[in-house]
Amino acid sequence: MTAQDKQIANWHDRLVRTAIALSVLVMVFFVARWSFAFMLDDQAPKWVTTLVAIAVGVCGVWIFFWIFNEIISLIPGEKARERLRPLVFVGPALALLIIYLIYPAINTIYLSFFDARSENFVGLKNYAFIFTSPQVQVAFRNNILWIVVVTSVCVTLGLIIAVLVDRIQLESIAKSIIFLPMAISSVGASIIWRFVYAYQPAGRAQIGILNAIVVALGGQPVGWFLRPPLNNFALMVIMIWLQTGFCMVVISAALKAVPGELLEAARIDGANEFQAFLRVTVPYIKGTLITVGTTVLIAVLKVFDIVYVMTRGNFNTEVIANRMFLEMYRFYNFGRGSALAVLLFLAVAPVMIINVRNLRRQRS
Amino acid sequence: MSDRKLAVLTVISILALVLSACATPTAEIVVETVQVEVTREVEVPVEVTQVVREEVEVTTVPPALEGPYEHLARARAGEFAGTEVNIFGVYTGEDANRFRTALVPFEQATGINVTFEGSGDFETLIVVRAEGGNPPDIAQFSQPGLIARLTDFLVPLDSFMNMDQLQKDYIQSWLDFATFDEQLYGLFYRASTKSLVWYPTPQFSDAGYEVPETWDELIALMDEMVANGHTPWCIPIEHGGSTGWVATDWVEDILLRTAPPEIYDQWITNEIPFDHPALVEALDYMATIWHNEDYVYGGPEAIVTTFVGQTDELFPAEEGADPECWMMKQAGWIPAFFPEGIEAGTDAMFFYFPPIKEEYGKPVLGGGDPIGMFNDRPEVRAVMEYLATPAGAEVWIKTGGFNSPNRSVPLNWYTNDIDRLQGEIMKNADVFRFDASDLMPGEVGTGTFWSGMVEWTLGEKDAETMLREIDESWPE
Repeated sequence: MTAQDKQIANWHDRLVRTAIALSVLVMVFFVARWSFAFMLDDQAPKWVTTLVAIAVGVCGVWIFFWIFNEIISLIPGEKARERLRPLVFVGPALALLIIYLIYPAINTIYLSFFDARSENFVGLKNYAFIFTSPQVQVAFRNNILWIVVVTSVCVTLGLIIAVLVDRIQLESIAKSIIFLPMAISSVGASIIWRFVYAYQPAGRAQIGILNAIVVALGGQPVGWFLRPPLNNFALMVIMIWLQTGFCMVVISAALKAVPGELLEAARIDGANEFQAFLRVTVPYIKGTLITVGTTVLIAVLKVFDIVYVMTRGNFNTEVIANRMFLEMYRFYNFGRGSALAVLLFLAVAPVMIINVRNLRRQRS
Repeated sequence: MSDRKLAVLTVISILALVLSACATPTAEIVVETVQVEVTREVEVPVEVTQVVREEVEVTTVPPALEGPYEHLARARAGEFAGTEVNIFGVYTGEDANRFRTALVPFEQATGINVTFEGSGDFETLIVVRAEGGNPPDIAQFSQPGLIARLTDFLVPLDSFMNMDQLQKDYIQSWLDFATFDEQLYGLFYRASTKSLVWYPTPQFSDAGYEVPETWDELIALMDEMVANGHTPWCIPIEHGGSTGWVATDWVEDILLRTAPPEIYDQWITNEIPFDHPALVEALDYMATIWHNEDYVYGGPEAIVTTFVGQTDELFPAEEGADPECWMMKQAGWIPAFFPEGIEAGTDAMFFYFPPIKEEYGKPVLGGGDPIGMFNDRPEVRAVMEYLATPAGAEVWIKTGGFNSPNRSVPLNWYTNDIDRLQGEIMKNADVFRFDASDLMPGEVGTGTFWSGMVEWTLGEKDAETMLREIDESWPE
């Protein structure tokens, strides 16, 4: 074969491949359109819809990458190809990130300066409302209470449990049991705790275990989540129950990394167990403690499901996220809802920065 | 990408994640709407409806009941045969089926194909569809508040309907509830009254109790019950995110009985302050019942933690036993929540919540489902006109579980006492007023008014403080 022949064959090859790629692209377009219409059809049985969604989703993504990889390899010039190829793989993720995360975030900030129907510019009025409304003030107070109580209790409990189980034989079983609530969604957990706290008037059978115990001991049934300030703590217990397992597991892993020699040395120097723990172990795992603490803190800042399911913010248990939902979806006041979202965003930001900095320090 | 850039990018994307996660909790909306649907709508047991449906004959409508409606007459002449009209609304399940059957005579007579689709997410979807330029021809709402929000998209009905006939068929209040900017946007198709007190019939008469006709008689009856060791009331108000609306219904019912209706109307629009002395007085009346632990089963704790649909305290499980409470004030749909085997009409009955001050007569507090029109085509007009006539509800009235606000509906169409008596109460009302909290801005009507009533019930705040705070929360 001459060089010219080779070139012609090459061109041939390219043409065929382009044609295939393009025709597959057209095909994919029609299949996607058809399957989209099919998935919207609520007459179709659910399992068929699911199967179609999985098939189109998984194959679709694969074909998508294949086509674009094909197209890229048709571009002449090694350098250009190497530049473009990563974009094919990062591009979709980046596009999704922009469409679903960055754009809504910016739009939320934008909407927070407009009125309820997002029609007229109102300046900082929504923010003024947030900082003066007594209902939102209750939400602020509760959020701060949540942050302080839940975060500190979760981390402390997690640390204590991690240290204690470290020394028993059935460590993995004990840890699994404490970790178990993590597998339950907040809504599920809240429903479980609704039963725990259930209230029936005196004289009727108490279906809630707490009130059953109180009544068995001769007391009057208590409306656990009705009366402040008790009700706020009753709700926090749920979050603590959910998050302690997470704290424990992460801290426990960090504990294993504390070198035995270090503790040994401390003991030889005359430190008792308690001192060794406070002066050696805790400083050694400080980074982990901060990371765990900030992670829990962020979760607590955003707490919504628990309050929504248990009290819907009634009885002075309002929190910011629940208030935001109320403004948005009950009062249709998009301005105020967005302003609350922005506020939450600003509250989370410094914590995130601390968290990421800490992670980087640990890595390096 | 350098480590630093990566870190910055991570922070930004996680922040964005947090923010957008906050802004769009879609899953929760579903929960909210589903719950509202369960209680605001009446789901009648299937067996009952099937039996009844066989009895219903689709009568040929006497023209006298049809009224002089132009498009309806043209439709009956077959002018629009073969066209299609779609209706979207809040009726689901059995309600949806009955609404469809009520449309059948019209379809058979005109050849117009009318389809109805109901959704538990109606309130969210209709706004999206209207604003997105894809509204249904006709929408069936559950309260006029949403109509007020969508007037930009709705067709004013007075632009084509015979208003004289409408004024003959409906008392002015019904038309006023759906009139915004002096134009009529909605037609009330179904009505319900909230001024009812339910009681267990056999036990009530065995104990020698008599239905009270006045407020004093009611108080006397309550004292008699207490003297007998009975608890007069059950007041369950727990309803998830909507907890509190039962309490607002009480306030409204009492206000209509202790103050002139003008006060009520001005109170809805905040022309008079929310904490007007008339309101304080109404709450004083309410407190004589609500804040007296002898009168209410379980006291405030039970009031706010018992689900609105829990009625089993009214009906003793054992033969010959006394119920745990004897009266419950609730709207006409509550029989759907009675325990199994309890039949409204035989095991339970209602009486009219008695008047308080003689001069204000017998007012009635109620609600209703309005129908609005989005697309202006002759056949759509014909359907609207059909639904405005008694004939538009005839089948549903005869199958039961329905009250029409239309005055021209003959009372003998009602096939059971429960419906007939409610129809009578509404027909005889000296004053009829719509549920005020449904007409107030959402921030108050579904926000501070609800939560304020809960706090007042628990005794966390007194009436004056609670009412003043609601007044301050009124949007500008």
